[in-house]
Amino acid sequence: MIALPIAGAILLLFIRDDEHNEALIRKIALVVSVLVFAETLLLWSRFNASSADFQFIERHAWIPDFGISYFVGVDGISLLLLVLTGFLTPLALLGSWESIHKHTRAFCMFVLVLESAMMGVFVSLDLFLFYVFWDAMLIPMYFLIGIWGYDRRIYAAVKFMLYTMAGSVLMLLAILGLALLHNTNTPSGGYSFDLLQLYGMPIPARLQFWFFLAFALAFAIKVPLFPFHTWLPDAHVEAPTAGSVILAGVLLKMGTYGLVRFAFPLFPLAAAYFATALATLAVIGIVYGALVAMVQPDLKKLVAYSSVSHLGFVVLGIAAMNTQGVQGAVYQMLSHGVSTGGLFLIVGMLSDRRHTRLIAEYGGLKKVMPHLVAVFLIVTLASIGLPGLNGFVGEFLILLGAFRWNPRMAVFAATGVVLSATYMLWMFQRVNYGEVTDENNARLVDLTPREWAVIVPVVAISVLMGVLPNLFLRPIEPSVQRMVNQVQQSAPVRIQAGGRRTRNLQLGMKNSELVPNSESIPNSKFPIHN
Amino acid sequence: MLRLIPVLPFLGFLVNASFGRRISRRAAGAVASAVMLASLVVALVAAGNLVGLPNPGRALVEPAFSWISSGDFSVNATLRLDPLSAVMILVVTGIGSLIHIYSTAYMDKETDSEYARYFSYLNLFAAFMLVLVLGSNFLVMFVGWEGVGLCSYLLVGFWYQKESASDAGKKAFIVNRIGDFGFLLGVLLAYVRFSTLDFQDLARSASALSPETSFGTLSLITLLLFVGAAGKSAQIPLHVWLPDAMEGPTPVSALIHAATMVTAGVYLIGRNAVLFSHAPITLTIVAAIGVATALLAATIGLVQNDIKRVLAYSTVSQLGYMFLAMGVGAYAAGIFHLYTHAFFKALLFLGSGAVIHALGGEQDLRRMGGLRRELPIAYSTFLVGAMAIAGVPGLAGFFSKDEVLFQTYAGGHTLLWIVGLVTSLLTAIYMFRLVFLAFHGARGEEPGAAHHPSHLHDAPPAMALALIVLALGSIVAGYAGLPRALGGSNRFERFLEPSFIVSQETRRAAGLQGDLEEAETATASLEVGLMAVSTLVAAGGIGLAFFFFLRNPRAADDMVNRFAGLHRVLANKYYVDEIYDVTVVQPIRIVSEDGLWRGIDVRAIDGTVNMVGETVVGSSEILRRLQAGSVRVSAASLFLGVVLILGYYLWR
Repeated sequence: MIALPIAGAILLLFIRDDEHNEALIRKIALVVSVLVFAETLLLWSRFNASSADFQFIERHAWIPDFGISYFVGVDGISLLLLVLTGFLTPLALLGSWESIHKHTRAFCMFVLVLESAMMGVFVSLDLFLFYVFWDAMLIPMYFLIGIWGYDRRIYAAVKFMLYTMAGSVLMLLAILGLALLHNTNTPSGGYSFDLLQLYGMPIPARLQFWFFLAFALAFAIKVPLFPFHTWLPDAHVEAPTAGSVILAGVLLKMGTYGLVRFAFPLFPLAAAYFATALATLAVIGIVYGALVAMVQPDLKKLVAYSSVSHLGFVVLGIAAMNTQGVQGAVYQMLSHGVSTGGLFLIVGMLSDRRHTRLIAEYGGLKKVMPHLVAVFLIVTLASIGLPGLNGFVGEFLILLGAFRWNPRMAVFAATGVVLSATYMLWMFQRVNYGEVTDENNARLVDLTPREWAVIVPVVAISVLMGVLPNLFLRPIEPSVQRMVNQVQQSAPVRIQAGGRRTRNLQLGMKNSELVPNSESIPNSKFPIHN
Repeated sequence: MLRLIPVLPFLGFLVNASFGRRISRRAAGAVASAVMLASLVVALVAAGNLVGLPNPGRALVEPAFSWISSGDFSVNATLRLDPLSAVMILVVTGIGSLIHIYSTAYMDKETDSEYARYFSYLNLFAAFMLVLVLGSNFLVMFVGWEGVGLCSYLLVGFWYQKESASDAGKKAFIVNRIGDFGFLLGVLLAYVRFSTLDFQDLARSASALSPETSFGTLSLITLLLFVGAAGKSAQIPLHVWLPDAMEGPTPVSALIHAATMVTAGVYLIGRNAVLFSHAPITLTIVAAIGVATALLAATIGLVQNDIKRVLAYSTVSQLGYMFLAMGVGAYAAGIFHLYTHAFFKALLFLGSGAVIHALGGEQDLRRMGGLRRELPIAYSTFLVGAMAIAGVPGLAGFFSKDEVLFQTYAGGHTLLWIVGLVTSLLTAIYMFRLVFLAFHGARGEEPGAAHHPSHLHDAPPAMALALIVLALGSIVAGYAGLPRALGGSNRFERFLEPSFIVSQETRRAAGLQGDLEEAETATASLEVGLMAVSTLVAAGGIGLAFFFFLRNPRAADDMVNRFAGLHRVLANKYYVDEIYDVTVVQPIRIVSEDGLWRGIDVRAIDGTVNMVGETVVGSSEILRRLQAGSVRVSAASLFLGVVLILGYYLWR
């Protein structure tokens, strides 16, 4: 699955990049990406949803002396993220069908290579391999923004690159530290980057603290968590449609995926210690992102800040570290990928027509393009979290998980429900309602068949995910539960879902609210205090 | 079978949404009305089956697929019909059908595709409203709850090219979302406390507890739910969206903003009567907010000049009555008023629609007058509606409003009763002010009056049919709940009682209020006495309206001049919108734009990042000279290396 897109990219190398071959190149890339999607679906169909274990494991020694191996496998958490990647890539290619005419071959190659790297990140069970894919992702994205972007593309690309690199360097150190620790701290000894082995390794609390910080910083930048988010609006605004779709749809999930896969289960004590801080940043992000989104004059920036808000929910769910919270978080990752991907595709359609992304340049589009506005409305509503569409399920589960953990967090996060409606509907009104004031908007063409093909799958999946969420929740659940148990057992002070907290509530809210997690970790276990 | 009730209108929505542009407008309207009538038939059959079941705890339950499940949390898409939801589905499908039929004529000036779009929204609304009342747990209800909010948004903003219309739609949605914030938290807290979101299970768990004497978890749950109810049902301080929602087509105002959706908040409390009964503090708040809303909205209604706005404030006020009833624990009386109100308020809106339709869109009362000769059907039916709402004995509103006031008084809430009575006086005044200004006297002399066509057409058949049926309903609907004091047996409330049954028992246990029947027999004479007072009040109100607005209009102007300040405050709706704008909307906008975005994001964070960047660039300038090459080259070679190594190990 990783190999196929790369093979496609290599195939493209053999086709001369000129105008004559442009259509052919695009078609090959599209066919390849559709095949990859089919492959992910096949994987899903063969996936045993009742098992929490990693499946389809492949392991080849790579650099045995250092315990590095090509070790991949899929569990419920990564499975659907792979499907999401497979789903969005062809749409991204199709969405950029007519807007990219410069270096088409390179463009398609970069998209395919990026797809490989993203898939690689999701399946890696070897930390070194993970890191390789993690950084490999940056390069094609850098070029996608830097070459095919808009006016300030170089600034945005460099900012994107530096921000992410800054985080990943620390993460690399932590990864190496872990491998060294395995050599000294385990009976078997030897360096190891094997995630499953490292899961079982006891790590002193003090080291957990630093390792967690290093991982969490890399992931927080990627999420992006407030206040590490400022690369995102620039990157989105300058990126071409395909870049934005993939960036918002898949790349942003890398950070939250990393938290779930690595930071929390590897360092449960530190995770418990930092959970409240992380959740606080997440909640600030939810409110802050929404408020700033509200006043953006640029459509892409608005959607970018809305991502900060939506991903705040994801981090909150992870920080809650109970089944509903984490499962909701994984669901929200998928759901955000679909609806924000959809929003960027639609913004792409608008800017293909008008070559502007400024909200003020539009107005009254409903009259001119009723079909486009209708699908725009559905995607908008999905993003707002209307029950029956995809956004609601994840948000609700996250709020439920957060409420069971720390009601105050849930209360602040729930204001996002009001704010998201405000900024999305205001934007929607300014773009689509009212009279057509600008002559340039008066004769825009409605959805073309190609655009129908792009947006219909998005709408269909939105509805499916809203009406039958269990289809997607089931395969996620065992892996999430295993992971939650793993973390909770190592840090037993965390209150499990239901349980004590419920009883506290009987006595009134106050007791249960005033037990932040940091206090409940005994200092003896956590020498860092002393 | 229950599934069919919402599914039928949903199919209508699908047909009109997908093929609306291709089929004739006739077909579009016919499809939409037909699915509603079919849904009404199914609803009648279902209600019939329900009545056939043995009384205590009778209900039809239709389990469906498991909707969301995660760990120990699981919610099914189950529908449930009990007496309370039976009343609601009959109101929704019955009045809904009439309004669909009415709309086929009312919307005749729209283009074909707009016509189909209108009916698709209207069908979708009905489908969601039916889900709302049939859902057997909070989440299914929430699907309907948000769905009707969406349709309200779409229909209020139906004439999207008008800025005021799309503004009003947005405002409706956002204010409702503020309510949903409370609703959602209430649901979460309820789940954390009781580990279930099923209404029945919640009621059972709660009934095992004793009512809270201080403000505890149950009080908090119910109060949060009430925030949601206040948003949907336009109670203070979330009432501001409903008057603006009158920007939508008039049949929409009748269906959504009078008869059905806005009563969802009342239904929510009725549905969770057990929870609320165990939270007397919340109930007190509900009653207080309800009666305050009833009074304030009525005072505003006195001075509005837009015919639909008068009716809108009247709706807010009547919803206040319903909350008053809920708040004093008279759930059945509240639902009874909801049911009669659906008839006469839909009638009044549709009647005003007939006037507006005839006058080519004119809504200003000052430019109306003397219409009773030209629009006899609209006039006579409107008059029935006005009498019903004013509380003229024998009509629907009289019985239900009186039941609410009686229960309030009997429950010992004398102050609330007095305010309720004053409101009922104001109701009679503003309603008959409207009747006299629009239908009696002479045509208004305000500029612009000349534009009206000289010969006005009365309601066309489809509209007339709806008006007449609703007028009949407004006359007879009240007899379903004829109180014992007047020789009836209050069948309506007895039918509903099982829906609150656990609550009745606990109410008795808590000594909050005696059993319904006992109270009735013991105080029959009291009730008759109160009725007489109400009747006098209604008559007085109509008389005052007659004096000020028909007999001696100058006296009304004198009053306005004498109390100019008060009049200005009322005409500006107590400046609530302005206060919100200054205290909430603008600060958020300014803080977000100048503080968060330009301040923190651009200046603080990005400034720091760029500064770090520049420092690095500056220092690496020296290094750069030592190394040739560009980022592209080195990145590309790094990347190529990765590919080669990977490829090697993959195919080895």
